[in-house]
Amino acid sequence: MTEIKFTIDGKACTARPGQTIVEAAKANGVYIPVLCRYEGLKPAGSCRICTVRVGGRPVAACTQPVAEGMVVENATPELEDMRRAVVEMLFVEGNHLCPSCEKSGNCELQALAYRFRMLAPRFPFQWPLRATDGSLPKIIMEHNRCIQCLRCVRSIRTEDGKGIFAAQERAGRMRIGVDPELAARLDDETARKAMDICPVGAILRKEVGFAVPIGRRKFDRAPIGSEIESK
Amino acid sequence: MAKKITIEPVTRVEGHGKVTLHFDDRGKLIQSRFHVVEFRGFERFVQGRPYWEAPVLVQRLCGICPVSHHLAAAKAMDLVVGADPDSLPPTAEKMRRLMHYGQMLQSHALHFFHLVSPDLLFGVDADPAVRNIVGVALKHKDLAVRGVLLRKFGQEVILATAGKKIHGTGAVPGGINKNLSPQERDSFLKSPAPLNADTMIDWAQGALDFFKSYHKKNKAFIDGFAEFPSNHLSLVRKDGALDFYHGVLRAVDANGHKILDDIDYRDYLRHIAEEVRTWSYMKFPYLKSLGKDKGWYRVGPLARLNTCDFIPSPRAQKEFEEFRAYTSGKPNSMSLHSHWARLVELLHAAEVIKELLLDPDLQGTVLTYRGRKSGEGIGLIEAPRGTLFHHYRVDANDLIAMANLIVSTTNNNEPMNRAVHWVAQNVLSEKPQITEGMLNQVEVAIRAYDPCLSCATHALGAMPLEVSIVDPRGLVLDCRRR
Repeated sequence: MTEIKFTIDGKACTARPGQTIVEAAKANGVYIPVLCRYEGLKPAGSCRICTVRVGGRPVAACTQPVAEGMVVENATPELEDMRRAVVEMLFVEGNHLCPSCEKSGNCELQALAYRFRMLAPRFPFQWPLRATDGSLPKIIMEHNRCIQCLRCVRSIRTEDGKGIFAAQERAGRMRIGVDPELAARLDDETARKAMDICPVGAILRKEVGFAVPIGRRKFDRAPIGSEIESK
Repeated sequence: MAKKITIEPVTRVEGHGKVTLHFDDRGKLIQSRFHVVEFRGFERFVQGRPYWEAPVLVQRLCGICPVSHHLAAAKAMDLVVGADPDSLPPTAEKMRRLMHYGQMLQSHALHFFHLVSPDLLFGVDADPAVRNIVGVALKHKDLAVRGVLLRKFGQEVILATAGKKIHGTGAVPGGINKNLSPQERDSFLKSPAPLNADTMIDWAQGALDFFKSYHKKNKAFIDGFAEFPSNHLSLVRKDGALDFYHGVLRAVDANGHKILDDIDYRDYLRHIAEEVRTWSYMKFPYLKSLGKDKGWYRVGPLARLNTCDFIPSPRAQKEFEEFRAYTSGKPNSMSLHSHWARLVELLHAAEVIKELLLDPDLQGTVLTYRGRKSGEGIGLIEAPRGTLFHHYRVDANDLIAMANLIVSTTNNNEPMNRAVHWVAQNVLSEKPQITEGMLNQVEVAIRAYDPCLSCATHALGAMPLEVSIVDPRGLVLDCRRR
């Protein structure tokens, strides 16, 4: 197999043909933050937290394949600040109250806020009015925390391939809807998968919140990205 | 000229409060009021949240004794998931107890050493620049160090049981989310002095001895200051023992006669009501059987030692006997004896922590129980400041539909007002000049009840002191800040 040579922030890296910048970076021990991307799902390139510069142009590293001789800029002050701004925008756009959120410690958005040392967002809080939907038997849809990454829409399906979650409305009014009939038949394993695939606390399994003690949650053990950077 | 004195905010208590005193032309007291001036409304914004979030969310009311709210909410939610107190796994019940007694240790130590000891060590009319915890640290280093480390030990116990020293997540509906590892247990039992359970017991005894010796030398002040009869209310264990975590409701009157006894706290609404007065955000609870005027009661350490029959730990029991003998077995109605009672409880908490640490149930692995769900839960607990009520209704979608919290300080609203009135009447009324030391005595009276005003109205903050003297037209004649 032909090996592609490229660089990330001056570091010599190699990639297999067809690999995206995010995948190749990971294989070379370089962390590029992602939110809407999930291992095994077709990348959507929607959240833009993974933005890098290639030849001076900003591109989404989760969708852009690596090319021979590519020069990728990743952890520059400008890009890091842009990523922090994306995280801040996601925080102000919803109602993210970490102190009482059961996803705290397992939340990728929170973990990125820590990584980028977000103290207070530079943008004004929007405080949108969104209802919390507890009407489904196995899960709660906490729309206040949804960042519209569509990971649930792209991945959670019934055995015969029907989508359970779907995007409804557009732009500022967009929200994740649930097929009530399919969701009513959701089994425990699929509910668990839906909660796990949600990077924030927007999909919650009922009645199991806070079962994992502080100290044993995912990002208590290691900060986000450290599993790649420590390789 | 008639005068109005405002003490705002009240210092060395948790939260925002103020006192207004109205005097007539001759400086005679007309009216005294202790107001709580903050409002937060936790009862409202917990509505619509998933029920399992309540123990973690509602504890944010307070940074001093969040464990009380955490556990009271968890106890209420136990009933929602069908885990009545008898079916809770022993590991869960004992881990929660350990958390709670750890909190009792840290909160009582904080109150006595940090908030109260400056008044005792320097005198109520000493220079405020010295009369504070920094002054204590400079002049009485050993005492200050003990206060800080007793508190630290309690906080470490909370960390090991709740996952964080403040605002942890240990208690979940139907149980707990972790047990105590043998390493954690050994660190509390076997660490080199002073940070081990035995030293904490000795130091708690030392604090108690310090207070008793102070009392001996200042009997008239400690016994006479803000002394007034009242009813007393607390949880007691089914057999009448002092218990901070669980029990039945008992109330006694000023003569020690039982007004309520062996009451299942889930029936609290049949026995307790709350009155709203227009000038304070804090409500006034009372015993229904006695009505608004006579049904008010004290809660907290003083009330607990007045209602219980005995203390189930040897050294605290010995101290309890001495405490009860002082009033010939009758309820003690001396406000400053709250400190005495609080230190007996500090000793008891330290003894119970050691006893629990030696219990192998803490290493058990069955952490939760769930039975048949119900739409309502009521959880009571003896918080450091007194009886704490949490009551929730949960809808068919598992979201909270109603919350009612009656916090310890709210229960003590009328007694604190009476204590303020006592000082206004006996110290300030008809005096030609009102000094800072005299005004501090108003706060000494409030402080005896260890109020948490944040919890009471569901608010938070730290406070300087402002005193203004206002004429009847509202013109400020004099204003002093510190």
